[in-house]
Amino acid sequence: MENLLNIFIKSIFVDNMIFAFFLGMCSYLAVSKNVKTAIGLGMAVVFVMFITVPVDYLIEKYVLKKGALSWLGEGFADVDLSFLTFMVFIAVIAAIVQLVEMVVEKFSPALYNSLGIFLPLIAVNCAILGGSLFMQEREYANVAEAASFGLGSGIGWLLAIVGIAAIREKMKYSNVPDPLKGLGIAFILTGLMAIAFMGFMGIKL
Amino acid sequence: MDIMEKESIFSPRNLKLLTEPLGKNNPITVQVLGICSALAVTVKLKPALVMSLSVIIVTGMSNLVIAAFRKYIPETIRIIVQLVVIATLVILVDQFLKAYVFDVSKQLSVFVGLIITNCIIMGRLEAFAMANKPWPSFLDGIGNGAGYGLILVVVAFFRELLGSGTVYGYPVLEKLGLFKTGYENNGMVILPPMALIFVGLIIWFQRSRDKSLVEKN
Repeated sequence: MENLLNIFIKSIFVDNMIFAFFLGMCSYLAVSKNVKTAIGLGMAVVFVMFITVPVDYLIEKYVLKKGALSWLGEGFADVDLSFLTFMVFIAVIAAIVQLVEMVVEKFSPALYNSLGIFLPLIAVNCAILGGSLFMQEREYANVAEAASFGLGSGIGWLLAIVGIAAIREKMKYSNVPDPLKGLGIAFILTGLMAIAFMGFMGIKL
Repeated sequence: MDIMEKESIFSPRNLKLLTEPLGKNNPITVQVLGICSALAVTVKLKPALVMSLSVIIVTGMSNLVIAAFRKYIPETIRIIVQLVVIATLVILVDQFLKAYVFDVSKQLSVFVGLIITNCIIMGRLEAFAMANKPWPSFLDGIGNGAGYGLILVVVAFFRELLGSGTVYGYPVLEKLGLFKTGYENNGMVILPPMALIFVGLIIWFQRSRDKSLVEKN
């Protein structure tokens, strides 16, 4: 339990998807002009990551890893499908995004309308695929750890995009040099926020 | 075939496809595409170069393939077809890197895989390759990959020089005798936030040179 909490906190603050790894920067910069849409997209990312990371973990463990297919019988013990990782992960993500979209539309039209256009976009958000690939690289011990990492990373991304959206709303009233307006200042702001987040480095529960 | 009849391979129009993304229409600083995987690999010059080459190959080849098949790809499933083509190319690149430059491949870790979701590739496929002939599309892919690589290499050059005092692993500043005068490496440049600030500065520089790129609000 303590370990789960540790992974969760660490993935939000220390290994933040945006500030430490720059993942999902494209949608982060494109959709951070106001807080409301930023929250919508952030929630969608949290949702999808919380589902895809554990699912990819199970697939990795029981299908792709070297010797993972041994539950099929002796003859499969040597099969190593790990070169297919990228293809399978991206397919799983695209499929789950589609599925999530259908489920949300059916059971919560209000949420569907607020997430609306963002859900399909998420399939190509690097933070999602990045989450699954980091999960694979860090070799979490069980599916609960993978899920807590997925949820934490998603929330970290949400925090980052809501933070920058709030700052950019205020930026309208500041006098930024012309060539820096828009994209330039957004980059520098993100850099400054990332420096602030580095204060969390080394946190351990 | 008919391209060669109508215009030479490197006609001015085709050359423009190749050179425009390097400056005026740069994928990172102007089109805001593909920043995701760009910044984490810029601590040292070598991984940045390898990453740039990988992206150039993937953008060029995927543009070529998709442009060649563009008339046979049904509109409704085009995203999936594009993803399959990209993922296949990335797997090839990844296996190649693992076989020949294993240490760099370890440093790049997940970022090679993330080329799949690099928005430059999808963006160029959607915006260019789906509507153009293979050869111009190929040039467009190479050009955009190179524009991306250019930013990567510039950022990596400064981060390595200021952060570690080396260029491509060669201790330039030490050879110049700068350390004897009391100069010290700036450890902060190696940390992730500085990559963002460097890109911000590059954008500032580019836009103050070329006023037409300045955003209105």
